Amino acid sequence: MSPFELSIQEVGAKLKNKELSVSELVEASYARIAQTDDTLKAFITLNEQEARKQAAKLDEALASGEAQGPLFGLPAGIKDNIVTEGLLTTCASQFLSNYNPIYDATVTRKLREASTVTIGKLNMDEFAMGGSNENSSYFVTRNPWNTDHVPGGSSGGSAASVAAGQVYFSLGSDTGGSIRQPAAYCGIVGLKPTYGLVSRFGLVAFASSLDQIGPLTKNVEDAAYVLQAIAGYDANDSTSAKVDIPDYSAALTGDVKGLRIAVPKEYLGEGIDPRVKEAVMNALKTYESLGAVWEEVSLPHTEYAIATYYLLASSEASSNLARFDGVRYGVRAENPDNLIDLYRKSRSQGFGAEVKRRIMLGTYALSSGYYDAYYLKAQKVRTLIKRDFDQVFENYDLVIGPTAPTTAFRIGEQVGDPLTMYLNDICTIPVSLAGIPAISIPCGQADGLPIGMQIIGKAFDESTVLRAAHAFEANTEFHKQRPTL
Amino acid sequence: MTTNKYETVVGLEVHVELHTKSKIFCGCSTEFGAPANTHTCPVCLGHPGVLPVLNHQAVEYGMKAAMALNCQIADISKFDRKNYFYPDSPKAYQISQYDQPIGEHGYIDIEVNGETKRIGITRVHLEEDAGKLTHIDGGTASLVDFNRVGTPLIEIVSEPDIRSPEEARAYLEKLRSIMLYCDVSDVKMEEGSMRCDVNISMRPYGQKEFGIRAELKNMNSLRNVVRGMEYEQLRQAEILDAGGVVVQETRRYDDNSGKTFSMRGKEEAHDYRYFPDPDLVKLHISQEWKDAVRATIPELPDARKARYTSEYELSAYDAEVITASMKLADLFEESLRYTKDAKGAANWIMGDLLGYLNANNKELSDVALTGQGLGEMLELLAKGTINGKIAKTVFKTMLETGKLPQQIVEEQGLVQISDESALLAIVDAVIERNPQSVEDYRAGKEKAIGFLVGQLMKETKGKANPALVNKLLIDRLKA
Repeated sequence: MSPFELSIQEVGAKLKNKELSVSELVEASYARIAQTDDTLKAFITLNEQEARKQAAKLDEALASGEAQGPLFGLPAGIKDNIVTEGLLTTCASQFLSNYNPIYDATVTRKLREASTVTIGKLNMDEFAMGGSNENSSYFVTRNPWNTDHVPGGSSGGSAASVAAGQVYFSLGSDTGGSIRQPAAYCGIVGLKPTYGLVSRFGLVAFASSLDQIGPLTKNVEDAAYVLQAIAGYDANDSTSAKVDIPDYSAALTGDVKGLRIAVPKEYLGEGIDPRVKEAVMNALKTYESLGAVWEEVSLPHTEYAIATYYLLASSEASSNLARFDGVRYGVRAENPDNLIDLYRKSRSQGFGAEVKRRIMLGTYALSSGYYDAYYLKAQKVRTLIKRDFDQVFENYDLVIGPTAPTTAFRIGEQVGDPLTMYLNDICTIPVSLAGIPAISIPCGQADGLPIGMQIIGKAFDESTVLRAAHAFEANTEFHKQRPTL
Repeated sequence: MTTNKYETVVGLEVHVELHTKSKIFCGCSTEFGAPANTHTCPVCLGHPGVLPVLNHQAVEYGMKAAMALNCQIADISKFDRKNYFYPDSPKAYQISQYDQPIGEHGYIDIEVNGETKRIGITRVHLEEDAGKLTHIDGGTASLVDFNRVGTPLIEIVSEPDIRSPEEARAYLEKLRSIMLYCDVSDVKMEEGSMRCDVNISMRPYGQKEFGIRAELKNMNSLRNVVRGMEYEQLRQAEILDAGGVVVQETRRYDDNSGKTFSMRGKEEAHDYRYFPDPDLVKLHISQEWKDAVRATIPELPDARKARYTSEYELSAYDAEVITASMKLADLFEESLRYTKDAKGAANWIMGDLLGYLNANNKELSDVALTGQGLGEMLELLAKGTINGKIAKTVFKTMLETGKLPQQIVEEQGLVQISDESALLAIVDAVIERNPQSVEDYRAGKEKAIGFLVGQLMKETKGKANPALVNKLLIDRLKA
């Protein structure tokens, strides 16, 4: 059995008893990658040399009896838009194919302090723009359940890698669903924390007001431990929140009695695959049986969420991605005629089609004469969408619905139709706009592909989200299913 | 001259670098003159993934400056991104303030031709400076130094209240003086810590609507601001005289020719696509914070000037000159702790001190003179211990060494000779050696006395009490 099937406590105990070493964990990771990644294509860059060195160091520390935290020695994959000093960080863009960061992201530093081992950098949609990994400049990561299907995105590599047992856990980033949707497609757990809970310092920005880093894991308990390691105020991020961080694993009591769950009718209406709806309804029955109550509610502004999101996220992206100009880092176009030509050629050659589409959309929305009608209007609608949730949370503890309308689609199926692609995010985007936490956990399968359930909580109430997710897990078997690869 | 038909209308946009220790959004030093790209970090280099963190000292300096310019300080202020591509801007946007600047609705009073005029300040906002480009190899390549990028700036935008180059100069001088009083910047135009863009238009006298304006850039001294405006007045007046229309555009001032040249027209104007910077939170400015910052503002030049004319009876002109520089005004006030002779102190400052500084192209900080020295010297003069001629020597020594006058007098033996019997002997000797002058004087040529006094001072190395010498000489000659 893969050591990655052990619980965090079991791994810790075995490390302590010398039944297992960090080096063995790391070798297990690279062995699995060697075995599967030709097919899966989850990794852009491997960190083998450094990882082995670090494993040896951690084993020494272990031998000398140094105290080990819960994540000690665990092999981790990091999405390629989170900067790692001295380890290529490409954002899955050929524009940054040579970018070697000169600093560490706050989460990278925190993971190092928690003594995890970085196995490598994971594939994604270029600059986190997309929901299928088909927008990677390099290659498409495959869904480990069915390699003809997408793993979801943009954190597709992060999700596939965990699902296929290549790493113990991974980090992803979520702007409009980019952790939750691939977690759902790959049958694992993906948590998007409250905006401001995890520092964004060192996350290559797509949409600054929406981006959040979060864990992708095999189960809810792992998610709680990883979140514990990366959450907290960071003086380097002005939008990071000064809140007390509770003990997340202590919240995993299994008790959901009396929990009040709201189920938005907008998340189960038109466009939702009936099998997805059925899986979610069954999950609600499980909650009922555990003593929770659920009722249907309305989030009336849901229908405006996608338009709002694509205006705001693209506007911010158009500015965030302006720094990629070929002047200081990244790939510079050859033989430009002049400065403007240098910019034009470098950016035309460097960015992929979807990134260009969003830069143009955002540039347009911010342009003089259009700003009020698009950007400003979208900000106002964002407030309304947030208010929808505020009102529901006056009477309920959680909101539950599907993570995505369907299971993972076939590679190539939606490439020519960006608008349909955008609709995949209908259930995750409103949550991002509201800035609140949500987890996706497996709750069923259809045609051999996993279905994800989304549990949404109040701002900074990750504990209740994790508690409800864990209670479901404890009473079902979905999280134990593994793809055969 | 054609310009007589037209009224000039000018608004100024002035950038002032705040001299905080570190940059506005990262911890790098703002020190001027370091080797290129040594004061940089991932944040100010705009690397992927970095985030800005606001320097509160910069906010306080900005608030202080805006308060000193009589602005209303915002309760809630925010930062916006100004998007444009240029190699001196590593993020391809500048963090600035668009619609919620830190201060608005201010003014300063200037004095031109003896009249006071109020110039409105539209707004004061905070922003970050760009890097510095150096073009080499005949313009085929450019080098960029990011040391300056992220240096905090305030932009001070005036109302179009200025009507002449002289008013513009007075405005800039006053602005500079206020910034120095507030100690928020060294405001040196030549070093770029104060920069000025001029929006200038002309209209026939009596017309209410403004004419079409040009924006002048690249004027790195007060003199160039005046020259650039003078040139532009003529250029625009000629166009209007010929029945033409001034083009709305940005024009670059060329120091060598004293002319302005078109840089880019309105149709090429940037759309900066301002929007609120999502990486920064709104700035909430409490009344307590405002009060605390306001308490750090010293008495400003206008208030000091009023006090000097009423309390010390200085002329308006003297008070204006002395209060223009806080260091000069501080020196003046310090001297008054040692003497009551305010007019004397003012005269020495206006005459010998400023004369020395101008002649030697020095700043006040380059000389060692103290207020105590000046005050004590005036007291020695009043007591007759030294005379005016000795005082000149003492003053020069104080400028160079900072020693106190008593010590200088003792070391150099500069005490005035007021001993009548000692002086009489020298008077007699001088009379004996200069019979021709004595004869001239006695023949009615009163001027001859001057020559004899001069001889006497020479004899005593300037130390003789001049009044006494005069009296003794006349007594002897009339005897």
